Amino acid sequence: MQVTVKLFASFRTGRFETARIDYPDGTTVADVADRLKLPHAELGIMMVNNRHVKLEHVLAEGDSLALFPLLGGG
Amino acid sequence: MDKIARIDMGAAGGPKVTVGDLGVYAGLGGRAMTSLVVAAEVHPLAHPLGAENKLVISPGMLSGTTGSMTGRLSVGCKSPLTGTIKESNAGGQAAQVLARLGYAAVILEGKPEGDDLYKIVINKDGIHVTVDNSLKLMDNYPLIEKLRKEYGDKVAYMSIGSAGERKLLAASIACTDPELRPTRHCGRGGVGAVMGAKRVKAIIIDDAGCKMRPPKDPDAYRDANRKFVEGLRKHPVTGEGLPAYGTNVLTNVLNEAGGYPSYNFKGGQFAGSNNLSGETQAALEIERGGTATHGCHRGCVIQCSGVYNDKDGHYLTKQPEYETVWSHGGHCGIDDLDTVAHLDFLDDNIGVDTIEMGVTIGVAMDAGIIEFGDKAGAIRLVEEVQKGTPLGRVLGSGAAITGKVFGVERVPVVKDQALPAYDPRAVQGIGVTYATTTQGADHTAGYAIATNILKVGGDVDPLKTEGQIELSRNLQIATAAIDSTGMCLFIAFAIMDQPETFQALLDMLGSFHGITMTGDDVVALGKKVLSAERDFNTRAGFTKHHDRLPRFFYNEPIAPHNQTFMMKDEELDEVFNW
Repeated sequence: MQVTVKLFASFRTGRFETARIDYPDGTTVADVADRLKLPHAELGIMMVNNRHVKLEHVLAEGDSLALFPLLGGG
Repeated sequence: MDKIARIDMGAAGGPKVTVGDLGVYAGLGGRAMTSLVVAAEVHPLAHPLGAENKLVISPGMLSGTTGSMTGRLSVGCKSPLTGTIKESNAGGQAAQVLARLGYAAVILEGKPEGDDLYKIVINKDGIHVTVDNSLKLMDNYPLIEKLRKEYGDKVAYMSIGSAGERKLLAASIACTDPELRPTRHCGRGGVGAVMGAKRVKAIIIDDAGCKMRPPKDPDAYRDANRKFVEGLRKHPVTGEGLPAYGTNVLTNVLNEAGGYPSYNFKGGQFAGSNNLSGETQAALEIERGGTATHGCHRGCVIQCSGVYNDKDGHYLTKQPEYETVWSHGGHCGIDDLDTVAHLDFLDDNIGVDTIEMGVTIGVAMDAGIIEFGDKAGAIRLVEEVQKGTPLGRVLGSGAAITGKVFGVERVPVVKDQALPAYDPRAVQGIGVTYATTTQGADHTAGYAIATNILKVGGDVDPLKTEGQIELSRNLQIATAAIDSTGMCLFIAFAIMDQPETFQALLDMLGSFHGITMTGDDVVALGKKVLSAERDFNTRAGFTKHHDRLPRFFYNEPIAPHNQTFMMKDEELDEVFNW
């Protein structure tokens, strides 16, 4: 299945901003993070199709996954 | 900080300075000082621009010490924008310098006859108020350049630009940063108009010959400060994210979450967001020889600011904050950082709140005065404010006034103060804060974004109503306390997640004052401040019916979540029922 993966802030360093990637069915957010060598402890905000999800969330065809480190501002 | 100065600008024969002891205000600083003074001493029905209003300037409880992050300055009054009590705080150098001179508060009272313009010099020898009509209608950057020739670089300046002199309701009070740039503003609520009404153009604060404020227990204070700094450096938000990207790192976050209001709150996302993002901005700043990491006052270890240069590598403005990039950017359908930076410079120079000004331009776009996305038009409208034309005076008086003048229904304000950069339909928690805070719509008053969106300090679903009332209540209490300490609010990211860093803050407060400080004491302080503010607002005529969002947030769902603001009125009425 095809998933659009979007990376932000320091996660982009040495990786990419946006990519469409083919994953096997049943792939979770944690699996994507592992493949991208993103330590789980550094994951701050995870969203699929504009909604917050947890690491164990199972992705579906056409999903848009956004991964951010812990961030703040305001 | 053992004295309070009162300057009666309307005294017979010219301004009169009286310095007295702290009295009932002993131990207070920052927002606690400004709000308790205003609540006790300003008639709630006073005209905000009249002699009965007071402008209270107060460093935080720990300002002027060796403690890190203690450089916030509070300014309070009855707001000409909202009609409520107002506390607006800023970084820059002023708080540290004023605190070392020993002033827990400087209170501008009364109002002079005539149109003479005054400057106030505060140094170790006392307070001197003099007429200087050569400063009339100068904007902040040239004003500070002129004052530096007279008073030098080892002082802090507070000033108003032309907007403050014209008493525009979006007018701010500028504080200079370590490089003497007038970039840190007490922005919200028209505090600059109150200073302008009192005919005070600039306050020059010189702490030559003064020492750091000594803690009661110096060893314990040093130890607590060390642990506090360690905690800030260790936390990913205060130690990595904010220094590298600044507050504008939120553009992509809020856009992804569908909570980034675009085109005057008609959409929850903006197609041009990546062009405006903190990642893009930081790279551009570094590429042009500026910096993406800069502290707004000495002693800051978070360093969330930066320097934004123009295409030729010349200084244009400080790093525009997320709210500024949003208000002048996506809110107006503009996706160009150079335009936003130009507008940020204009706002700082004229002396207007960047949130109020940007939101107002978006409302003016909705009225058809210019088209959404019109970059040159947006700059032209802010230049109207600078010129003081009739149109400029309307725009410089904020979104509510502009909406009324031009017949716009979709006006994003609460208590006539413009909403910041988070849509309450996609982030229900921040809507609770917007609606109920004593200040008019204000994200910092109870930053529910942290737990709703950023997942710092807890996890509350932004699209649901559950837990939002309690969250906003607790945040508003904690914020009122932090705003009183002189600490930058961004320490909250670390102290919410790390108990040992919160303990270090308590130990700093305790060891400085020679007392034991507990979490309960912080809560009690926050409640005391909020209660005084609520009481003032009640006496000024505000009721629970003012603690609501504009109706369009209840009636118009917004993409991508296609939700409205769902908090019930009865729930909102429970926020201050503690």
